[in-house]
Amino acid sequence: MSPSRSDSAVRPDSTGDPLRPSDHADSAADGDIQQPALGFVGWLRWGWRQLTSMRTALVLLLLLAIAAVPGSLVPQRGADPNGVTQYFVDNPDLAPILDNLQLFDVYASAWFSAIYILLFISLIGCVIPRTKHHWKALRARPPRTPARLSRLDVHRETVIALDGDADPDAAAAAAIALAEAELKKSGYRIERYDRGSRLTVSAERGYARETGNLVFHTALIGVLLAVGIGGGFTYTGQTVIVEGRTFVNTMLDYTSFNPGRFVDEERLTPFSMTLDSFDVTYITPGVAGAGQAGDFAANLTTQFPGEEPQQGVVRVNHPLEIAGDRVYLMGNGYAPTIVIRNDAGEVVFNESVPFLPQSSTMTSLGVVKVPDGMPEQLGLVGFFYPTAAPLDTGALTSSYPALVYPTLTLDVYQGDLGIDDGVPRSVYTLDTGTMTQLTGRGEGQGDSIQLRPGEWTDLPDGLGTIEFVDESTDDPAIEAGSEAAHAGNYGGSVKRFVSLSIHRDASAGWVLVFAVLALLGLLSALFVPRRRMWVAVTPRGDGLAIEYAGLARGEDPTLASAVDQFAQRHSDAVTAELSVR
Amino acid sequence: MPAETLTLDSVSVLLVWTAIAVYVLAFIAYAIDLARRSALAVDAKDQTERELVGAVRGYAGSSASGALDDLRAQEAAADDALNAAPAKRARLLWARIGTSLTVLGFLFHLAGTITRGIAGERVPWANMYEFAMTGTLLIIAVYLGVLFRYDLRFLGTFILGLVVVLLGGASMPAIYVEVVPLMDPLKSIWLVIHVFVASLSTALFALAFALSVLQLMQARREARVIAAASGPVGTGETVAAPKTGPGFLRTLPSADALESLAYRFAIIGFIFWTFTLIAGSIWANDAWGRYWGFDTKEVWTFVIWVLYAGYIHARATRGWRGSRSAWLSIIGFTAVIFNFTVVNMFFKGLHAYSGIS
Repeated sequence: MSPSRSDSAVRPDSTGDPLRPSDHADSAADGDIQQPALGFVGWLRWGWRQLTSMRTALVLLLLLAIAAVPGSLVPQRGADPNGVTQYFVDNPDLAPILDNLQLFDVYASAWFSAIYILLFISLIGCVIPRTKHHWKALRARPPRTPARLSRLDVHRETVIALDGDADPDAAAAAAIALAEAELKKSGYRIERYDRGSRLTVSAERGYARETGNLVFHTALIGVLLAVGIGGGFTYTGQTVIVEGRTFVNTMLDYTSFNPGRFVDEERLTPFSMTLDSFDVTYITPGVAGAGQAGDFAANLTTQFPGEEPQQGVVRVNHPLEIAGDRVYLMGNGYAPTIVIRNDAGEVVFNESVPFLPQSSTMTSLGVVKVPDGMPEQLGLVGFFYPTAAPLDTGALTSSYPALVYPTLTLDVYQGDLGIDDGVPRSVYTLDTGTMTQLTGRGEGQGDSIQLRPGEWTDLPDGLGTIEFVDESTDDPAIEAGSEAAHAGNYGGSVKRFVSLSIHRDASAGWVLVFAVLALLGLLSALFVPRRRMWVAVTPRGDGLAIEYAGLARGEDPTLASAVDQFAQRHSDAVTAELSVR
Repeated sequence: MPAETLTLDSVSVLLVWTAIAVYVLAFIAYAIDLARRSALAVDAKDQTERELVGAVRGYAGSSASGALDDLRAQEAAADDALNAAPAKRARLLWARIGTSLTVLGFLFHLAGTITRGIAGERVPWANMYEFAMTGTLLIIAVYLGVLFRYDLRFLGTFILGLVVVLLGGASMPAIYVEVVPLMDPLKSIWLVIHVFVASLSTALFALAFALSVLQLMQARREARVIAAASGPVGTGETVAAPKTGPGFLRTLPSADALESLAYRFAIIGFIFWTFTLIAGSIWANDAWGRYWGFDTKEVWTFVIWVLYAGYIHARATRGWRGSRSAWLSIIGFTAVIFNFTVVNMFFKGLHAYSGIS
């Protein structure tokens, strides 16, 4: 606990010091006093000095912390786009105001950017001159030994008696040589300064402190640049693949795609992925955590043009690497295969439709759109329950996420699907505004369609039939309600789909490199003590007076014990050396 | 209570509640210690004053500068005591009882944590309850570990109080969850590393916070003593003692020494926190497909990082060293606790692993 604040008063020489902003606690207090008349250049210089001062950096840091908070209180378009939509619905008056303040895009907002850009300008303005200065300091020799070491923070003195016949000058030379060797061994840079019979060695260590400091701050700039530049070459795209289907890495097969500025969408790596199967296990009922899903694995076959296909697995935490792209498993669900025939018996729809899970028990919501082959366009919307169970209200819910008693319920709408005008519509939503509902509770149109795998039933108004295909068997479907469609096990009766996210991130590697550099720099900047040490040996009477002094340069709580230990070690060594002679 | 199903998990719960009970006793012992320190300090002061009055009766003015000298002497003694080796420390009976009870509670706590880990067949920090259990265990471990080097027993009341509140709160039915298998995203080596290091830095920030609070109290006391000493001296021979805050402060190190120690804990915590950020980013890149996405928890981890970066800068900025920087340490730890409690329970985000439904 040696307070080193007072050292500026006795600082003998500050050439080796790190160059610090004028308001650094370790700099001499001069900046606040001088106020000469300033010209234009003078004002610029003054402004620059203000921007690169410690106080400004500190205020900007605190502002950055405060400015980051709103982004956790209000949903962000980047992290939670659905949350933003919901916020607009819930707070129709407030949301536009917040939007004007860019509160839904805090981390891309003008005000947040202004703070961190200013912070980094301040940082650069501080780091560049300090680096130059440190570069010189690294070549400088330790400073002259002060005449009066006793004025320093830590000072120890000892006298070693000499035998009567010993030569004091020779003994002093031996003692100082030992000090030199010992200091050098401890990592000090040393320089001898002798004055008459007073032999001294001046030593300095801990340059790594300032080096680490500069590395840390430079690495932070590196992180920012890597994120900024790398972002331009980064893309992320989402897709959905049903078991047995194949995805091709082109724009056509992506459901959404967010390219960086420099990404050429026409030149993505050509490869294809087929979802062979999807594995998942559920914790069985009756134990803690029942129904919890785990061990997700999407088993893929990947292929480059003209090459042999390869097997690959995507798991949570274990993305699949394909030619620099990384494929992530983002979600999964059921994709019931539905076949719709018109009144002539022609198949007008035959697809496995991904139903999006709405709960942990996989009650899933899906939409079927039949644009052609019917008198009018047909839209079906409904739920899939892997294990259907009636609620008290009579509605169904799913009580377990696996296929124990799979049931599909659909309501049929007739009219304009709104997909012919070229405006992109989500395949997962049905705009029923202009459509007529043909089935469904409360409409007096007859009950919703309800099917289990392997069953078919009539569509309303004699439009045709709808079949829920059982994927586990080739047997023809039976009419719903006629008898049990399935004896017992429904496993494998409904296909699975996975939603995958395909990323290319050019920046991640660089960000990691700079982040690790920053961490290493930080370790060095915070824990390597920068200190000076002096040893002075003066023959006095029939003995040697040895002085040890230490000076902290910055935080150095262990200076006193370091000087103590060195003094002990050295005087022991001197005593031993002299007694041998 | 069905006696036939004494599972490992319920053993763990029993052990943790035992630990909480022992910690409460330790807290009481430490509180008595602080109270006795106040009494001791007053006794010592009376003693010196009697001696002074006896020796230098008539020098009415000396009591003011005497107060300053007292302050310096007390603090020098306290600074030495802070760094004293365990064997050479003052034999404070109640503090010793407090520490012994803390060690005992720690053993129960450790056993409870380990049995929970065995029951879950994984590291015992995968949901909010377990994180609180392991996090508080680390706070106690760091505190006990630091005792070997510094005599920080005056922090015992704070540390034990904090741990009892956090651990007791986490053991409430609202937060407690039974052992369930890990969710897929948590099946990663980074669960072991990232979360453990995060709780370790929380423990260090807690110590830094407590020292910063004491630093502020001590600085206020020092300022008042100095103000009283330099103010007009009363004509009577007895100058009314200035109100300088709780008496136990007289037995504590100087504000400078407290600040220096707080800083050392904070920078180690900051290093761990930086590592937590980096490790979390690596994990997020594997689990969520991006290393950074301003998820609520990420935002708060970043805010805390920036606050402590600000604290470290403040310590090096003229005019900010001392009380102002101490406030930053306090704000920083408040954000840590906020991040652990409010953000976990009420903010929507990807770090939804509290296990509370």
